[in-house]
Amino acid sequence: MTPVAIAQSREAVTINVAAFLLTLALFGVYVTFLGHNPWDVYYVLWLGSFARMISIESTLTNAAPLMLTALCTAIPARAGLLVIGGEGALVVGALAAVLVGVTLGGLPAWLGITLVGLSAAIAGGAWIGAAGALRQRRGVNETISTLLLNYIAIAVMYHLISGPIRDYERVLKTSSWSIPDSLRVGEMPFIDVHWGLGVGVIACLVLYVVMRRTSFGFGVDILGGNQRAAQVAGLPIDRMVILCCFAGGAAAGLAGGFEIMAVHGFASESLAVGFGYAGILVAFLARQNPAAIILMAILLGGITASGGLLQRRFDLPDATTQVLQGILFMIVLASNACYGRIGFLQPKQKAGA
Amino acid sequence: MEGDAGWLSVLVAILGGAIRVSTPYLFVSLGETLTEKGGRVNLGLEGVLVMGAMTGYATAVLTGEPWFGVLVAGCAGAMLSLVHGLICSLPRVNDIAVGIALFIFGTGLAFFLGKAFINPSAPRLPSISLGGWSDVPQIRSALEINVLFLVGLALALFIAWGLRNTRWGLVLRTVGDSSEAAEALGYRVNRVRIAGTVAGGFLSGIGGSYLSLYFPGTWNEGLSSGQGLMAVTLVIFARWDPIRCFYASLLFGGATALGPALQTVGITANYYLYGAAPYFLTLGLLIYSSSRQHALAGAPGEVSISR
Repeated sequence: MTPVAIAQSREAVTINVAAFLLTLALFGVYVTFLGHNPWDVYYVLWLGSFARMISIESTLTNAAPLMLTALCTAIPARAGLLVIGGEGALVVGALAAVLVGVTLGGLPAWLGITLVGLSAAIAGGAWIGAAGALRQRRGVNETISTLLLNYIAIAVMYHLISGPIRDYERVLKTSSWSIPDSLRVGEMPFIDVHWGLGVGVIACLVLYVVMRRTSFGFGVDILGGNQRAAQVAGLPIDRMVILCCFAGGAAAGLAGGFEIMAVHGFASESLAVGFGYAGILVAFLARQNPAAIILMAILLGGITASGGLLQRRFDLPDATTQVLQGILFMIVLASNACYGRIGFLQPKQKAGA
Repeated sequence: MEGDAGWLSVLVAILGGAIRVSTPYLFVSLGETLTEKGGRVNLGLEGVLVMGAMTGYATAVLTGEPWFGVLVAGCAGAMLSLVHGLICSLPRVNDIAVGIALFIFGTGLAFFLGKAFINPSAPRLPSISLGGWSDVPQIRSALEINVLFLVGLALALFIAWGLRNTRWGLVLRTVGDSSEAAEALGYRVNRVRIAGTVAGGFLSGIGGSYLSLYFPGTWNEGLSSGQGLMAVTLVIFARWDPIRCFYASLLFGGATALGPALQTVGITANYYLYGAAPYFLTLGLLIYSSSRQHALAGAPGEVSISR
């Protein structure tokens, strides 16, 4: 890393840590108003997220889909787009996994799992890629269109699981058919977390290398910085934007595929529980850097994981973690104003430079 | 002949639904018009709407006075939007991203604080019957018009007039079209924008109270299905014109009422797909009305969503 890059990451880490501490402080004030001791709340947050092996495993299990849905915002963001369709792409990916999965029972496990994962990724990629294409061809704002696509994806899911692909034998919960057991993905070695985590980490690292070390990534950065400069440089802007959207959507679709293959086994309303929206927050925390997403997803996964314990210990509503996430999101966005302004965090200027 | 009567009752149900459902769309879209005329986008109005629904309902339960609930809902919406306005006044902060954060925070806060109010029932807002001339019960119920609907219509006319003919309107539009020009004229751009955002939040909060205090008239976590977000899109479709916002709200209200209307004649298949009609409609209209070549006609120059 160059000295400037080191100084930049030091600045990002310092500002993010400060933002996180400020969030905890504000949340502490909030729970104090509700009559709880903030230190007890912090302790339970710690207990539920990182204190013990079992809580770490729960944190990582929550972090896995967050890494993939965060990429759905982060990769298009590098090209200058604000995509918030991770929730819909996850649902679409999960539906594709179910539809393809139920037909593949006879195949060897490795082949079937690969095909199911691929179809989930392609479905999610096409979903967000379409939003990218609409933006490039018709000038449709991608933030609004991906948001609408979230609602459409969830409506399509409810339509399918309440009729065309409904498993009527499961009475207690409206859900789809289950994929065959041979396509279920198990836990990784040494740790009680499903393979979605490994795939999430690999996806983040691969995309980090693509974005930082290839000419494609360099072109995307030019495009994200200044569209006119990219035009002048003769870059294939439309293709790059659509490809970034496809890659992001494919990651979120893969998250949906793992929700089916590793967690649920069938599609139900439990798919749309906010991983997509929390992923947007993760992407902004990571400043749209795919490698940093890994750490930030674990942090947010910790908050999600401790939510259940927080609810039980203090009898808080289940929206507690959403409030905490909302405060964190706003403070992180506000902290953008601090970059380049805090003297001791700036790269040292060489004499005469 | 019976089939004809069936389709007629679907039409009447859609019309009645349009009037009943459109009010929150109308208030949020008017609020977003004020916000965007000042040059900012508040995507968090969905959170504001849900917060308004919760505070309005809670106030009505506690005081027994639904109109006081409407007022408190407006104030809660204004306060949430003030947060948006203040954060967006910082340099290099993306207003759309702050809107998403406000959406998450506002709905989270409303679900959190509103947990205790899911069970008690609140007094509802009164309505005016304009269908007395008809013997058909469906038409009568379709023309049960809530006072807030009429208030919204009056507000649309008033805002349209105010934006065009008052000094305030001119300042707001100047700030929204070119912050440099406004600064050169000596106006404080951020203050005007915050005022526009807060006023927009007040209206959206009232729109939320309509949901919980009139139709559907309860408070629960599934109360809003993205009406606040669709209203933001509706403003683009309405070309930032308050009077067109009124027509567009009726159209969206009708689309929202499509599923329930078909249910009244026994068509229950594909219920969820009909329920998604407003989203399809919004997306379709957006695709139809956008253009790659030029910014949208009537768009405030500083608004980032139309570029």
